Formats: sequence, structure tokens, C-alpha cells
Amino acid sequence: MSEATAEVEVKDPSEPLFSKKNRALLSNPMDDDNPITVQVLGICSALAITVQLKQAVVMTVAVMFVLAAGNVIVSLMRNLIPNRIRIIVQLVIVAALVILVDQVLKAYVYDVSKALSVFVGLIITNCIIMGRLEAFALANKPWPAFLDGIGNATAYGMILIIVSFFRELFGSGKLWGYPVLGNKVGSLDSAGNLVSEATGLYAMGYVDNGMMILPPMALITVGVIIWVQRARNAKLIEA
Amino acid sequence: MAVDVNSNKYTFIFAAVMVVVVATVLALAAESLKPMQKANVANEKRQNILQSVGIKAEAAEAEAMYEKYKQEELILDAYGKVKENATRAPFDVAMLKDYKGGLSNIYKLYKSGNGSVSLEDTRASLAAWGEDGVGADFPLYVIRNDEGQTSYIVPMMGTGLWGPVWGYLAIADDGSTVTGAMFDHKSETPGLGAEIKEAGFQVPFQGKQIFQENGELKGVIAKKGGAQPDDPHGVDAISGGTITSNGVNEMIYRTLKIYEPYFLELRGGASKTEIVEEVEMVADSLMTAPTDSLVVDSTKID
Repeated sequence: MSEATAEVEVKDPSEPLFSKKNRALLSNPMDDDNPITVQVLGICSALAITVQLKQAVVMTVAVMFVLAAGNVIVSLMRNLIPNRIRIIVQLVIVAALVILVDQVLKAYVYDVSKALSVFVGLIITNCIIMGRLEAFALANKPWPAFLDGIGNATAYGMILIIVSFFRELFGSGKLWGYPVLGNKVGSLDSAGNLVSEATGLYAMGYVDNGMMILPPMALITVGVIIWVQRARNAKLIEA
Repeated sequence: MAVDVNSNKYTFIFAAVMVVVVATVLALAAESLKPMQKANVANEKRQNILQSVGIKAEAAEAEAMYEKYKQEELILDAYGKVKENATRAPFDVAMLKDYKGGLSNIYKLYKSGNGSVSLEDTRASLAAWGEDGVGADFPLYVIRNDEGQTSYIVPMMGTGLWGPVWGYLAIADDGSTVTGAMFDHKSETPGLGAEIKEAGFQVPFQGKQIFQENGELKGVIAKKGGAQPDDPHGVDAISGGTITSNGVNEMIYRTLKIYEPYFLELRGGASKTEIVEEVEMVADSLMTAPTDSLVVDSTKID
């Protein structure tokens, strides 16, 4: 993988900030080089936190920050890092960034820090981050590395959001926590009162699919996305 | 570059410098941000206590609101009696974390009917807890809301699937009716176990009874497969969050078992020498309520 991306390194110093090559860094991960559906990285977090839309979005923002910052830092240090301990160095940088972010959030935006609590560990172990540091940042200048981080995090988030959209809609009948399919008996309506009579689809006998909130259905949803993507992108069809 | 970045010497120096730099940055950040983090935690505790009785407070106003609604803060001992010689403020007592090991016996007793340690042994060991033998502290917060309803709020600490769960259970001054509950968790699975912190799980606790009609402690139980609407002790458990729900059940029962004598006194209205301040208030409320069954119950227990 590092050979493939290393070609981008040959770059004219006077190249514009958003040259064609740099734009490709942002757009490629969205389709041809998607970290989840093509490279199959970061699957574990895609299964764990796609039960609700809100958590997927928070995770996306967190990964975007850590990936962009980590890419830039590793890129700046790329000529200083000894080859033999580069993985450890990358790991330390990612872990330090995540802890730092967590500490700052805890002091200034306590609510967000609580929402992120469970994701902090997942960010460090997200293979996309280590993958991009190793494959791209280590061989490229800071600006392309930054774009690559943003591009990959966005592409990762895009899949997360698609999966969580379907899982929350069919699993809990909600979107962003709002009951879009009507109120179930025993749930809370928008005013916070207990619902004693079903409304909307539930009044017609509709039942949530409990399978959707379990991790296997996330894997199947990701599988369907890969299927759709391969069906319409000829480049991804293996001979 | 003149330096060979792949030499052994450089590698060792790089690793050492990196570790020192990262450790310094993280330590400095953690130390300098600590006061703000502590204030946040204390305000969150106040918010949680208020939330358990349905009072919403923003973090910024939590301290003022808490002081406004607070009637009293007590520390009970392992026998559920008010502790006269408590060495610290009730608000500073961490949520039973220290004593959890000793307490887990209580639930095992309840589940199996024959634990290796009896309830009285557990109480005795908790009463002699600590290096100075002053015994474990069990805080109790008394809040009176705008409608004049007094609630006795019990902090709880238990175990979920991935880490600790905790919460506050508010009991009305009849000693049995739950006026509200709030739960939170450290790292339960989002969308599954983590649902215990949502209103959909917490609101159904309101109006449940912690004592059975025969006066035996039951607690409030999250039932797998759903509770009957008229079940006075059951609420719906979380689909896909069975272990978290079980942890909540265990936490509620175990904690209430320690506080049981205190609530029995509130419930029965008998021998209230330790709770002088509440005597008149409780007596008033019992006067107006149909007390026949309650009196019978309390004699059975005593």
C-alpha cells in the first residue's frame, strides 16, 4: 500500500493548495479507495457504534480530528522517525493526541467528553488511523497528509452514518433519537410522557427489527453497501 | 540529514526523548486541567441527584439549585442508622465504590438463598470498615421539590457489562414509593446497555414500590421480556442489554438492603429516635395515608 501512495510525494513546491492531485486525496477515499468498504479497515468501530446516528456522527468528528492531526504530526516528523520503531512512535502520537483531547474536553466541554467516553479507546485502536499514518503520512508532506486525513475520516464517517441511519431507523424506529415512525407503547413521547397508546406505524402493527441493533446486522449492512458499490464501480470488480 | 536516523544510538535517544516529551505534555495537561475537571464532576453529581427527582439543572446553575432544594444530607452506617460521628461530609462520599466487594455478598444471598456470608456478617464487617474502624459511610440526600414532595435519594454503584454503572434512586417519604431514578454508566455499549441513562428506561421507575406488601424488600427489577403494566416492582429491561440490566437489578437490591432499616422506619413510622428532624414530617404524611397495612407490615418485620 505504501508503494502505491508514495507516488503522490513527487510534488512541485509551487503546486496550488487544491491541485488535482490534492483534490483526489479528498475524493478517492469516498469511492475507489474507501477505508471501510474497499480497504476493509476500521470495521470493529463500524460495528460497535452504528446503533444510533448521533454516536456515529460524534465518532466521525473525533476520528477526523485525530486522523488529521496525527497525519500532520507524523508527516512533519517523517524524516526524524527511526524506521525500526516507527509503529511505536505512531501509536504514541495517536494515544497522546486522544488523551490530550479527552482531558481538554473533560475540563471545558464535560458533556461532549461524556458522550465520547467509550469511543476514546476505539479511536486509538481504529486501524484506519494507524493505516493512514503508516501508508501516507510517513511518505508525504504535511498539507497532502492533512487532506488525506480529512478525506479518509470523511469517507469512514460517511459509511458509519449510512449504516447507523438504517440500523437506528429499523432497529429502534428513531432517527437522531426522534421517533420518526410513531410512538410505541411504553416509550416516551416528545413531551417526556409515557405513551399508553401506539401511534404512527406502530398503531398498524409494525414491529421494530430487534436484529438490527445487534452487531451482526451492521456487518450485513456494510456488506450490502460493498455490494452496491461494486455493482456500479467497474474498477472494483475483480477479474 | 547528517544524522543517521536508523543507527541504534539515534533510535534509543529518539525513543527516550519522545517518551519524556509526551509524558511531560500529558502530565502538565492533566494537572493543570484537574481543578476544572473536579468542579465538573461535583456539578454533575448535583445535577444527577436533582435529575433523579425530575429537577432539570444546567451545569452552571447546578450548585445554586442543589442548595435551594436540599433539605439535608445524612450519612448512615452499615445498619441503616444515622451516623453521629461521621468524619466527612455526605456529599464527599464516593458512591459506595470502596465497599462494593463486601456488599456483593448481599445479592448473592438474595439470589441463591444461601450465601457463604450472612447479611449480618456483611453488615458487621462494613460497620468496622476502614483503618480506624469508623465503618463504611452510606450517604443519603434529602431533597424537597417545588410541590413539597420530600425524596430520600440513595446513591448506588454497580457493575455493568464493560465497566461500572451507577445511579440515584429517590424514595418518597412513605419509605417505599420510588419518586424517580437516574442511571449512568462508564462504558456500556451505545444503543444497548447505554440505554439505562435514557429517560425511556428511567421514567418507568416512578411510582414503583421497593417493598412488597408483606414488607419484604424487593427493590425495582428490570425484567427481560418486559414487565406487566401493573407490576409494582418491575420495569422493562433493555433488549440486547441483559447484563447491564442485571447489573442494575443487583445494584438496586444490594444498595437498598443496606438502607432497608432506615426506609422501614420511614414506612412503619416506628421508633424514630435517630431521625429526629423527619419525625414530624413523616408522622404528618402517615396521618393522612391509610396506614393499616403499613402498621401490620412493620410489626411483622420488627
